[in-house]
Amino acid sequence: MKAILTVHNLASELVTTIWTPVFVAIFLAIVAYAFWPRNKAAFDEAAHLPLREE
Amino acid sequence: MSQPSISKSMTIGESGLAVVFAVTAFLCVIASAKALDAPFAFHAALGAAASLAAVFVIINRYLDRPAALPPQEINGRPNYNMGPIKFSSFMAMFWGIAGFLVGLIIASQLAWPALNFDLPWTSFGRLRPLHTSAVIFAFGGNVLLATSFYVVQKSCRARLAGDLAPWFVVVGYNFFILIAGTGYLLGVTQSKEYAEPEWYADLWLTIVWVVYLLVFLVTIIKRKEPHIFVANWFYLAFIVTIAVLHLGNNPALPVSVFGSKSYVAWGGIQDAMFQWWYGHNAVGFFLTAGFLAIMYYFIPKRAERPIYSYRLSIIHFWALIFLYIWAGPHHLHYTALPDWTQTLGMTFSIMLWMPSWGGMINGLMTLSGAWDKLRTDPVLRMLVVSVAFYGMSTFEGPMMSIKVVNSLSHYTDWTIGHVHSGALGWVGFVSFGALYCLVPWAWNRKGLYSLKLVNWHFWVATLGIVLYISAMWVSGILQGLMWRAYTSLGFLEYSFIETVEAMHPFYIIRAAGGGLFLIGALIMAYNLWMTVRVGEAEVQMPVALQPAE
Repeated sequence: MKAILTVHNLASELVTTIWTPVFVAIFLAIVAYAFWPRNKAAFDEAAHLPLREE
Repeated sequence: MSQPSISKSMTIGESGLAVVFAVTAFLCVIASAKALDAPFAFHAALGAAASLAAVFVIINRYLDRPAALPPQEINGRPNYNMGPIKFSSFMAMFWGIAGFLVGLIIASQLAWPALNFDLPWTSFGRLRPLHTSAVIFAFGGNVLLATSFYVVQKSCRARLAGDLAPWFVVVGYNFFILIAGTGYLLGVTQSKEYAEPEWYADLWLTIVWVVYLLVFLVTIIKRKEPHIFVANWFYLAFIVTIAVLHLGNNPALPVSVFGSKSYVAWGGIQDAMFQWWYGHNAVGFFLTAGFLAIMYYFIPKRAERPIYSYRLSIIHFWALIFLYIWAGPHHLHYTALPDWTQTLGMTFSIMLWMPSWGGMINGLMTLSGAWDKLRTDPVLRMLVVSVAFYGMSTFEGPMMSIKVVNSLSHYTDWTIGHVHSGALGWVGFVSFGALYCLVPWAWNRKGLYSLKLVNWHFWVATLGIVLYISAMWVSGILQGLMWRAYTSLGFLEYSFIETVEAMHPFYIIRAAGGGLFLIGALIMAYNLWMTVRVGEAEVQMPVALQPAE
């Protein structure tokens, strides 16, 4: 039961609800970045980084 | 040939730090004199002595050093700073042996209670946090300091940021360990698991940790390598999250600024939830993220193979970051914590299984094309077996977080077994493997003194782990089943002391396993000592590249 509808209540409702889709969206964007075909060469290069000394 | 002469003067860091430590020494003397309790007086005196020593060392170091600070590069190659890495590696081995030894003592106390000698300082309640802090924060922490300072330099191709700052971090951190450890023995504790140190130790750690973050960040910022290697992401997540956890869990009000006792800012279930948000993320970001950074650098390096899938490593990283932080409530199943929070913690814990195994597969598959090396290189074998243990305990953990499973496992030795398969198998072995790599690299040696001794270490310690965890599984499940056994009339079938008696043989087996693990570490310490003392110097690098620290 909502007692009073204030701007603060509304805002905190919104914030606590919205972070789930926001975080999911950010995570999906990261996955897309990781699998983006154009990034493949750079990542393959980075995988060798420990082997390139000095 | 006239060289441009540089007039020698103290850097701002040197003079500033000397003044700060001189003032600190003075304040510590006052605190020691006005102390309300003996342990606080002792700790303040330690602080005064350490501050004076710091002033002396800073000035002496200034007088001994050439006018110019060590250059960032020599002949176009980064002039890596190995001094703080050597210090942390040494301290890691020292605290490791101390921590395993205290573990063996308390394991033996559980089997033969007379071994607590009826003294307060050697009672189980004081030695247990000494063991956990010594192995996690002292041993593990120094391994993380040493490897993170090494990996960030090498993978950024840049010298560690700061001149005194890295030394402040490694020495300051070990001073925190000293204060925390001696405090436990003297009965100073705020009674929060894995966050036992009292308010003044917490404040000191905060300062050290912020400097650690700065040294790490600035080194990344001045990197020559455009890409920030994935291991550095894991290290950074570890450093940042530990800072947040430490600040979140430790707000407390001291009874007096001249006394060790403090009261936590919030009580009841809020405190419990904060504590296990801290506790489980200490597992997630100290014992997992930091050591995964070791995995992502040292396994490719030692196997001489690229990371199996760099894409997977990115997803592994972000999935861990997004999921781990919510898993804490599984430590509070069937308590006053709201039911929905418990279910949330359980759900996220189960989801964690996926990124954990993704990371495990990534680490193991990095060996593709180099599996034969497992036969010939016991160091690589240690690293790889650690990843297998990581997979095993990150399967067991989500399973134990399921509420019905937890109703059997919670408060039993099963939890202890689970923790140690992660701690001995994963964190221990990956640390041993990293130190076996790091010591020859940092001291510029061709290789280890003896691979045969590494092989002995591997098998003795593996046998120890198997004894330890299998004893705890049997003991834990037996304990859980005995606690919930009812007679046909509805009475509890066993008294509590009967369940304790049933544990006795398993406690002896566990102590034997811990003893073997300690013997393995002693073999390692001897091997590393001999590597440094008599090991052949690496020749392909000109000596000039390693300036004296």
